[in-house]
Amino acid sequence: MNTTAIGALIRNDIRLYFTDRRAVIVGVLVPILIAAFFGYVFGGAGPSEGQGKIPVAVVDEDHSSVSRAITADLAADPLLQVSALDRAAAREQVKSGKKNAAAVFPRGFGEQTTQSLFSGANKPQVELLVDPSQSMGARVIQGLLAQYSMREISKEAFTGAYGRTAIDSYLEQSDNRGQPRLSADLRALLIAARKLNNQSDSRTEPGSANGPGSATGPGASSGERTTFSLSIPYTVASTSVTARDNAPYNSYAHSFAGMAVQFILFAGIDAGILLLLTRQRGIWQRLRSAPLSSSEFILARALATTLIGLFQITVIYFVALLVFKVRVEGSWPGFIAVGISFCLLNASFGLMLATLGRSASTTRGFAMMATLLLVMIGGAWVPAFVFPRWLQSASRYVPTRWALDGLDGATWRGLPFSAAVLPTLVLLGSTAICLLIAIWRFRWED
Amino acid sequence: MLQVDGLSKRYGERVAVNAITFSIAQGETVGLLGPNGAGKTTAIAMISGISKPDGGQVTLNGVSLARDANAFKRRVGLVPQDPALYEELSAWANLQLFGGLYGLRGAELQSRANAVLALVGLAERSADHVMTFSGGMKRRLNIAAALLHEPDLILLDEPTVGVDPQSRNAIFDNLEELKRRGKTLLYTTHYMEEAERLCDRVLILDHGRILASDTVAHFKQQYSNLEAAFMQLTGRALRDGAEV
Repeated sequence: MNTTAIGALIRNDIRLYFTDRRAVIVGVLVPILIAAFFGYVFGGAGPSEGQGKIPVAVVDEDHSSVSRAITADLAADPLLQVSALDRAAAREQVKSGKKNAAAVFPRGFGEQTTQSLFSGANKPQVELLVDPSQSMGARVIQGLLAQYSMREISKEAFTGAYGRTAIDSYLEQSDNRGQPRLSADLRALLIAARKLNNQSDSRTEPGSANGPGSATGPGASSGERTTFSLSIPYTVASTSVTARDNAPYNSYAHSFAGMAVQFILFAGIDAGILLLLTRQRGIWQRLRSAPLSSSEFILARALATTLIGLFQITVIYFVALLVFKVRVEGSWPGFIAVGISFCLLNASFGLMLATLGRSASTTRGFAMMATLLLVMIGGAWVPAFVFPRWLQSASRYVPTRWALDGLDGATWRGLPFSAAVLPTLVLLGSTAICLLIAIWRFRWED
Repeated sequence: MLQVDGLSKRYGERVAVNAITFSIAQGETVGLLGPNGAGKTTAIAMISGISKPDGGQVTLNGVSLARDANAFKRRVGLVPQDPALYEELSAWANLQLFGGLYGLRGAELQSRANAVLALVGLAERSADHVMTFSGGMKRRLNIAAALLHEPDLILLDEPTVGVDPQSRNAIFDNLEELKRRGKTLLYTTHYMEEAERLCDRVLILDHGRILASDTVAHFKQQYSNLEAAFMQLTGRALRDGAEV
């Protein structure tokens, strides 16, 4: 084994890499910038004020206690950023993309909803103006609107001013001949509600508001009056399952893993292209005339590309650790094992491309397409869970997915070394396959 | 010194080199002359170990290329037709690589690199990127890279193509200096005056065969000058085919 020659080739490849400032910038600086951007967009290093809130507008043309209460509930929701606008302004803001949606409460909304809650008739229509490009946000608003409307309308229906009038009206109608009779259960419920309201009234000060419009709901003076409303019969306590209890999810951890994987693969392509270009230049003749075997040459190229990849991942994660608070919450040996095995895979991938390609230009185009597919399917851009089921299964056969899972596991998921073993083995296995293809296809002679 | 026996190479149906046999003695400078497509470059490629021959064998001081390629290659220095250099690196970095390929390192490599740069007159430009060099300077560095490991035999494939007269003269001075130092040179060229100035002996190759082999003095005696001999032996028909 001509170790001096192998060392000279490795040093030369590294020297060539650092001579090309574009390659260094593309390989190190660009992934940091893109990862910082994606990390920030997907939540950053932890929850922060206003980040990720869905901008919506509320148009209250009713100005009733019900519409005011729902508006207040929406405004207090941590998922939403609510602005009160008139209809024209709301439509304009949705149209221009400044708001994801606008909910319009029409005139008479409060009164009609309390009546239709029992009768099921004459339901008022809440108009939802949505930005079609933000369908996910619109669905969130629809869900929250249903939740808060049910609470406030039921509160008004059973204990508010509109509700009292409606209950009296229904019971009166049911007593009149010729009117459709209410079911015995509903009648019993309404009588019980009226009784509750009367008991509540006797505990409040004389002269307190008690007519339609002088609501008992939010924003109205209800004194000591007992209120009742329908609401979701459970609460949700959301806990981020990360490396440690109360450790916030740092989305930079995934974005840096994704971009490191992508741009190290790009460097692998460059290494393959360099090999093809070397073949096309006279240097190939000089290399061939030297006492150097093809296996020594391949080994040198693979080691040089691996070292360049390790340099990239080291710098990228150094910045991630230092500036973006990404932490290796799990196993450092696991993190290093996945990093090294991915860099080895990248080197053999570049060599394989060089041996399969005929010219630098066509190989670059094909390799870029293949790499972008690999990183996309691997989940470097968007999490794999948004993929269709078949694609999620397919991504298990893509080595980039294993690299990302391994790096995520060692960083924000805080998994032990044992969790890095399978990704490392898959990456090393893929390395062996690429290397075997490269050796099989490598043409040392012209 | 160098013994070539029945060396042959075929590309598909076309015979590029057809069982050529010749030898070169220690310290001798031999010119390999031939028109385009005669087989000069293919012959050099086979002798340097770049291209595997279909038949025949090459030995250098008893070391067979086929049996011990690495030992053979350590004794040979190749100067390819086009400058075989990394243009984006300095002259010094190029020599570090090419010396390393032959097992040179450390102080020995530095000393050899300094010596060859001084020989080709580029010592002052060693730190400069090759891309800033003129065509002639690149050719001289191309020669220097082949001399680093002090080969017994130097193969030069048209080392003066495309350079100005001043650079060609400088290259010739370098080659004459090597000759004075007792190096053995096998030299391909189109330029008869170069062969007359430099070579002890000339081989005229065409259609893959050696048509004549003699000293420059004998060729001159027989044909008035080397060009007349060349034209008479290879004919006046145009050779538009690619060089092989």
